[in-house]
Amino acid sequence: MKKFYWLAGAALALGAGATAHAQKSAIESIEEYREMLQDGNPADLFEAKGEEVWKIKRGPKNASLEACDLGKGPGVVKGAFVELPRYFADTNRMQDLESRLLTCMSTLQGLDAQAIADTPFGKGEQKNMTALATWIAAESKGMRFNLPQSHAQEKLFYQVGKRLFFQRGGAHDFACASCHGSDDKRIRLQDLPNLTKNPGDGVGFAAWPAYRVSNGQMWGMQQRLNDCYRQQRFAYPKFGSDALTALGVYLGVNSQGSKSIAPAIKR
Amino acid sequence: MKTSHKISLAALLAAAAVAGCASGGMPGAMTGADIDKLTADIARASFRDEGIVKADKVLDVDATLRACNAADVAGKPLDEKTARALEAENLKTVKWPSDGKYLGDWRSGEQLAQSGRGMTFTDTAKTANGGNCYNCHQIDKKEISFGTIGPSLYQYGKLRGVTDANSPAARETVQYTWGKIWNSKAYNACSNMPRAGHMGILTEAQVADIVALLLDPKSPVNQ
Repeated sequence: MKKFYWLAGAALALGAGATAHAQKSAIESIEEYREMLQDGNPADLFEAKGEEVWKIKRGPKNASLEACDLGKGPGVVKGAFVELPRYFADTNRMQDLESRLLTCMSTLQGLDAQAIADTPFGKGEQKNMTALATWIAAESKGMRFNLPQSHAQEKLFYQVGKRLFFQRGGAHDFACASCHGSDDKRIRLQDLPNLTKNPGDGVGFAAWPAYRVSNGQMWGMQQRLNDCYRQQRFAYPKFGSDALTALGVYLGVNSQGSKSIAPAIKR
Repeated sequence: MKTSHKISLAALLAAAAVAGCASGGMPGAMTGADIDKLTADIARASFRDEGIVKADKVLDVDATLRACNAADVAGKPLDEKTARALEAENLKTVKWPSDGKYLGDWRSGEQLAQSGRGMTFTDTAKTANGGNCYNCHQIDKKEISFGTIGPSLYQYGKLRGVTDANSPAARETVQYTWGKIWNSKAYNACSNMPRAGHMGILTEAQVADIVALLLDPKSPVNQ
């Protein structure tokens, strides 16, 4: 099947040259499939694997991640997800969930953080990364986003993230804001949340990690943003880079008070 | 180079942290321009080349995009004078049809309008670029899968009274339509629309095909 690279991954499952009628029924059947899956989101499998990867001893230091500090103290997982990204004193850096996991995998387990960051999504250690992010997010399911904004770097990264959100560039002059800058817009049939303000419970930042029915993949926020940038015709954002963390701060702070539904299930 | 950059970024952030602590609140001594600079440094360190997309080309934007990005961050539209000046600059870049033929084949135009492909970092130089039109616009009424970021273009020519696209009466509309597709910023400096001709997304012949889709009285758009 041919792939269409529509912005925001609109209607990925639609066939090439499909008629209007066929497209509608394709959307409808995806909706039905989604409903069918609501009782059994395949994200559960990734969640279970993530918990296992968190607890198992591995790496050169033969240690688990159970002493990892995700912001609420070593080993505290519940509630951590809805307060990320945040400032970490030990690294003196702003970190989101995935870049923080890189730190823990490196310091606690002795794994090579750079090698993991350079691994393509869905391969090798990145599979563990996605599973970990899924489980950690699930431990905060239903909780409300409450990113800290007291540290100077936290405030600064919000401002940087805002600038990145509005940064046009590439062959098509697109910014995040081109699609997510106003209310009630669509790409093809895909509704687009306005991410310059709070989009509400379980929308936008509050819906990832998510299982994608259209390609049968589990995606964390890093991969979601990577694919946005791809469709924007932007350059490749490095895994765990400051730009993605800053963007996460902008989106997360804008979602203040909204409920996280992650791991979600998406078209 | 990579290491020295990392150090300077860390130093900048540390300075910001100190300033923030000293002032007990906002990123202290950092001005908007400082944050602009930091953002540019972070972007430089965070994005890399992949496939056909080069990071430098994406991040080094022209004066038009620079002004529009800043206006969006400030939450204020460009002032009239700046907007008109940028539009005039963009208008100068429009390449008008070398054979004087503005209208191509509307059927090919419809195919281009349907396709959203090309120029991503997972495409190759051989990927046929689409026009991305339906992603944002309603065009042919039969296509119900259309976006709403741009205005509806259904009956585009008909509503503008174009019955013969080659007539002198239609001249202004025909030229505007060509120019808008070639370089949308010539008419609205901060338009969300790509500059299909100017940025090399579509060829001259392809622009003509899309002009035909919009203005040919036989095109389904104008039924």
